[in-house]
Amino acid sequence: MASIEITNARKSYGAVDVLHGINLDIQDGEFIVLVGPSGCGKSTLLRMIAGLEDITSGDISIGGTVINDLQPKDRDIAMVFQSYALYPHMSVAENMSYALTLRKTAKEKVASAIENVAGVLGLNALLERRPKALSGGQRQRVAMGRAIVRQPQAFLFDEPLSNLDARLREQMRTEIRKLHRRLGATSVYVTHDQIEAMTMADRIVAMYNGIVQQVGTPLEIYDRPANIFVASFIGSPAMNFLEGIYQAEGDKAAITLEDGTVIPVLPSPQAENGQHITLGARPEHIDIVQDGSRPAVSSNVELIEPMGLSTLVHVTLAGKPVKIFTLARPDLAIGSQVQIAFNMDKTHIFDRQSEQRLLPLNEPRHTQQT
Amino acid sequence: MSTPGNSALRKTVYWGTHYLMIAAFVVFALFPLYWLLKVSVTPNDILYTEGVRMWPSRTTWDNYTFVMTQSNFPHYFMNSVIVSGSTAFFTCIIAAVTGYAFSRFRFRGKIIIVALMLITQMFPLVMLIAPIFRILAPLGLTDSLTGLIIVYTAFNVPFATFLMQSFFDGIPKDLEEAAMIDGNTRFEAFRRIILPLTLPGIAATLGFVFTAAWSELLFALMLVSSESASTFPVGLLSFVSKFGVDFGQMMAAGVLALIPACAFFLLIQRYLVQGLTAGAVKG
Repeated sequence: MASIEITNARKSYGAVDVLHGINLDIQDGEFIVLVGPSGCGKSTLLRMIAGLEDITSGDISIGGTVINDLQPKDRDIAMVFQSYALYPHMSVAENMSYALTLRKTAKEKVASAIENVAGVLGLNALLERRPKALSGGQRQRVAMGRAIVRQPQAFLFDEPLSNLDARLREQMRTEIRKLHRRLGATSVYVTHDQIEAMTMADRIVAMYNGIVQQVGTPLEIYDRPANIFVASFIGSPAMNFLEGIYQAEGDKAAITLEDGTVIPVLPSPQAENGQHITLGARPEHIDIVQDGSRPAVSSNVELIEPMGLSTLVHVTLAGKPVKIFTLARPDLAIGSQVQIAFNMDKTHIFDRQSEQRLLPLNEPRHTQQT
Repeated sequence: MSTPGNSALRKTVYWGTHYLMIAAFVVFALFPLYWLLKVSVTPNDILYTEGVRMWPSRTTWDNYTFVMTQSNFPHYFMNSVIVSGSTAFFTCIIAAVTGYAFSRFRFRGKIIIVALMLITQMFPLVMLIAPIFRILAPLGLTDSLTGLIIVYTAFNVPFATFLMQSFFDGIPKDLEEAAMIDGNTRFEAFRRIILPLTLPGIAATLGFVFTAAWSELLFALMLVSSESASTFPVGLLSFVSKFGVDFGQMMAAGVLALIPACAFFLLIQRYLVQGLTAGAVKG
């Protein structure tokens, strides 16, 4: 196992820049998830680590050795592809042993390694089958097995679960995590699914437009997003955004929305009076206030989505849609007025121009990175 | 309203028409071959006297015996096997590597090369005979099988390349990338992973090139003058003399010439069928 350092890595296709100088230190044994929408450069970065794409400039090193010019086969990494990329003309056992055979590993060693991994992944009964005789989940396991058998320096995963159905994906998610616990292997995992990122990562790398927007643990990213992109991409149901003007007086501050509604927020030394602000509040940080116990603002109920465990209430505030997540089962009628209150400590403000989050007083800057 | 009986009848009529049309097509396509066979077993003395009949009143193997023992045909036949086999072999090797490059790599001048290859397919062959003769003559490649193999290979490579490229395009890039990560160089990945998966494509290309070379007449006639280097299509012409055409022997030779082409397709049909159905089970 080894650490991976990426220093100012750039990638261009002709005049088009895909990655604009990525810096990232991945610790030995860490599970890193690169997350972002399609086209953000996350897969390109992974393929650069694998050696399947050239590095335009900058360095990537694995275990302290710069590997920029090494062939993929000399990098000692294993990769699990979205399509699984199993060799169709080989049996499961042959697929799994291919890398070891190429390295001229002794036959008995190969056999015991395969038996071992097949046991862990529950593939014992399938070893003689061809990939086309396997279900999607089984193929996924074989692809994992092929990577594990090699005991590489690092594992790379390129959206390995996106071809599975929801239930299987959930199951494999936990399995991959357990495997990682067990093997302690440095892993880089690419996904566009923020739930996978949140549940699996030691640290998340949120990417957009070829730039790392933020690096942090899942909860750091969730609780203290660096900018509007990260705030909107991570979390489901997604964060609510409302536009308004910042006003502060003494140790109190508030945002005035377009229709004059005033929402109190924590004052930020980075914001100025009159600044155009985007207010961000997660659905679970807005409460429905039915007894007048807290200062609240009035909104219209548009839709109620009961989800069993919880309820998602859609309202409009200042003409903008707002979602409210509640564990209660509120007795509301569609079209009626409801009082809602924003949880001030959890509400974020972003500069509308730069889209960066404006930090409240006393919050350390350690998770910020752009 | 349609009753069950009505719909069953309709189904019968539908499938009946279906098979009738297929049968009509098969008869249409195979009738000349049938006639070839029929004439080849008709004794010479009744060929013109019996009128048009579907099957002669007497049959004979004399034409075959003559062709096999008294004519140069076995020699032509061997020449054709050598020329077509070699052409198919070399064309496939060149087309496989070029097709792979076109399918997988982005390189400068790719469009130009593709355009040039397409242009070569646009000229009528007759136009090119004189210049090719002028090129081959000083090299001592006229009147030789080697010359024919070179010319046929050159003419078949462009189309075969496009054919192979489409087969490579159908194989996911992930596979050789996985192999490269597993420890192969790109060429090893091509040889050990991609090539085995393209066997149906290679079989189709082999079949196509082999039959094209097997039945080629124009170049064989123009570039070869001696008996010793003639291929069988040229040989067939030797049954046409100043005073008449020996149809029986010519047809017998024709039937014999069908055998290697048929045998070749029998040999590769397993891969061809695999190629046609691969898409259905992949997934």
